[in-house]
Amino acid sequence: MKYVAKKVIGAIITLLVVSLLVFLAFAIIPGDPALSRLGTNATESALAAMRERMGLNKPIPVRYLLWLAGIFKGDLGTSYAYEMPVTALIADKMPITITLMIYSLILMLIISVPLGVYASYKEKTAIDRAIQIINQIIMALPPFFSGILITLVFGVGLKFFVPGGFVSIGVNPVRFFKFMFFPALAIALPKSAMILNLLYTSLNGEKKKDYVRTAYSRGNTSNAVFFGHMLKNASMPAITFIGMALADIVAGSIIIEQVFGIPGLGRILLTSIQNRDYPVVLAVIMLIALMVVVTNLAVDVIYKIVDPRIE
Amino acid sequence: MRKFGKKLLVMLLVSTLAIALCGCAGDKVGDSLITIGIPQDLDDSLDPHVAEGAGTREVLFNVFEGLVKPDSNGDLIPAVASAYNINEDGTVYTFKLREGVKFHNGATVTVQDVKASLDKCAGTGSGEPLVAAFSDVKEINIVDDSTIEVVLNSSNTDFLPNMTAAILPADHLDASTELIGTGPYKYVSRSPQENIVLQAFDDYWGEKAKIKDVVFKIIPNGDTYVMNLEGGSIDMMARLSTTQAAQLSDNFDIYEGTMNLVQGLYLNNKVEPFNDPKVRQALNYAVDVQEIMDFVSDGKGTETGSSMFPAFGKYYMPELNDTYTKDVEKAKQLLSEAGYPNGFEFTITVPSNYQQHIDTAQVLKEQFKEIGVTANINLIEWDSWLSDVYMGRNFESTVIGLDASTLSARAMLERFTSDSGKNFTNYSNAEYDKTYAAAVASTDDDIQTQNYKKCEQILAEDAANVYIQDLPNMVAVNKKFGGYEFYPLYVMDISKMYIK
Repeated sequence: MKYVAKKVIGAIITLLVVSLLVFLAFAIIPGDPALSRLGTNATESALAAMRERMGLNKPIPVRYLLWLAGIFKGDLGTSYAYEMPVTALIADKMPITITLMIYSLILMLIISVPLGVYASYKEKTAIDRAIQIINQIIMALPPFFSGILITLVFGVGLKFFVPGGFVSIGVNPVRFFKFMFFPALAIALPKSAMILNLLYTSLNGEKKKDYVRTAYSRGNTSNAVFFGHMLKNASMPAITFIGMALADIVAGSIIIEQVFGIPGLGRILLTSIQNRDYPVVLAVIMLIALMVVVTNLAVDVIYKIVDPRIE
Repeated sequence: MRKFGKKLLVMLLVSTLAIALCGCAGDKVGDSLITIGIPQDLDDSLDPHVAEGAGTREVLFNVFEGLVKPDSNGDLIPAVASAYNINEDGTVYTFKLREGVKFHNGATVTVQDVKASLDKCAGTGSGEPLVAAFSDVKEINIVDDSTIEVVLNSSNTDFLPNMTAAILPADHLDASTELIGTGPYKYVSRSPQENIVLQAFDDYWGEKAKIKDVVFKIIPNGDTYVMNLEGGSIDMMARLSTTQAAQLSDNFDIYEGTMNLVQGLYLNNKVEPFNDPKVRQALNYAVDVQEIMDFVSDGKGTETGSSMFPAFGKYYMPELNDTYTKDVEKAKQLLSEAGYPNGFEFTITVPSNYQQHIDTAQVLKEQFKEIGVTANINLIEWDSWLSDVYMGRNFESTVIGLDASTLSARAMLERFTSDSGKNFTNYSNAEYDKTYAAAVASTDDDIQTQNYKKCEQILAEDAANVYIQDLPNMVAVNKKFGGYEFYPLYVMDISKMYIK
């Protein structure tokens, strides 16, 4: 319990530090949100009025404290560019990004676990070697590049989907899921290769252990030994990695949204940085930080449950 | 064992394919829906009185109307007003309200709504006019239930274009989130960075829109325009490059027009060496506009010799295009006279989101090399361009296109008067200021036109900037649809479009 409490406090401090850093970044990077909003029609007095409306006339520490106070009231401010509450904006975009993340997690598991098991099962055969070679290549791909490759092959070449042709779930759920398959695949592929490799190596490692020999000598079939004993033990490193990969998926989805033209949190984040739409930037960054921190927290807690020796 | 492996492999393949192919079914689109691609979200205000971005005005044109509105010839036709009258010295504009014009919320437009909307633009009460052109408005008076007059401080016969300012309901004047106008389309919804949805307004006073639903879809990646069009996720896209237009199949009609702006190398007239007219003229002599058009848009485009584009009709002076023809020797001589026999080095600042401007800057750089002038190109974000170049006036030169918010010559010429807030090039010429003032004050159309033309001539001869061209505008429309019309302004009129 003490262990969990310590981790939670650490997580909260991390979030506070992140928010403080983002606030400081606003003070340093060039560009004025009021000017960005008024554009070529800005006059000095209009700018002053706009700054006041946006609350930018207050000093940064005051703005920071006001923002913190707002969080506890569930108020993340109003977007400068879209003039709507940031919470509504995020609620609109989050399902898209979350879908993408869950989709890629599922794909990751569907691809990596069976293939990893299969390759280990067929160790030292031609199939095993083929899988290993392809796996090494895929592992080296950064997600944005796998995204471009997938667009080129499945979008431009085979015409399975229209690049940039995102359809929202409300308009046509079938086309939405069909379109999202490819960006999810782009995120999942490199990660799947990692998991496959981990699973494969640890399965092969288990094969040489004493308990496996014992299991065989007791007359178990090879299937029973493989699935009943080895797989369970070998999956630990892979599960650990999946936990870490979740945080990576968050980052990957931001990049992949750009490649595939998906109007999710990533696109909102980038355009808001360009527009100097600080309330939105802050909210999205905090949300991403929250996802990463919570995932890490969950991994820490699971560790503790699996291995109570961890302090 | 072998069996198991096969099963596993089959399962894997089937599950992957199932997800990949689910929903390969054809995409049936409702009969009266058009999806139009736009390159960026409307991220300035949606309030029609505040919206500055050309991309925003282009969409809002379908939702809001003023007392008058421009037609595709650039003439102003009565809209919310049914008739208007301008007194002889151009100080009182009287409008007769059209009967039974409805707002999108069902309410009928009253003189109070009109007064409230115009008061908002003029800033009556608060002092500061919201729309700069309204600074000359003295008062707005309700004459009777269907008549309203706008009184100006000084005579101005060219004020009517400003009466295109949107009429909003008096109780919904802050239109930034709730868009209620009188136009042929009403606003339905928006999803940031995704789309803006409009729907035909059944109670529109004029000719009703023929296509019921309009979706403006935001496609930030220029490389996917063609794929989106061919893949059917959009039906129409404006401002394609000539290369993109050439890639499209026979399923699309390509409409060729102009963007209605003056692209130029705008010089900060306050910094050395651009404070010397000889240097500015030398740069003009170094430039071959045709070469730029060949490189940027396959030779398409319309040359402009001053701050006026052809859609302005009587104000446009094609003869000014010949003020400077490429002459390297002459340019070098002018540079020597100005004290730069060995040329000089300067920076062209270009907003990185406009490929045509970047391409143009690259050609300019090569052309200036011939007269011994070294140009360095500095790409910056649009936001930094606004703050550093436009507002801060902290730059040497920039390639940009300047457009007109209304079809008044003032919109193109006011920005070069010495004390204009929009004079980011710091151009200052007493004769220009005098001529411009005379044009504005004149009540005689001929004299006014003459003076505006003289302004253009001064800009050309004094080489205020290097004026280049009005860029070509290629609009691709799926052959299912017809009726697209170009306007001399930066707008997209969907209400005239129909399904073939």
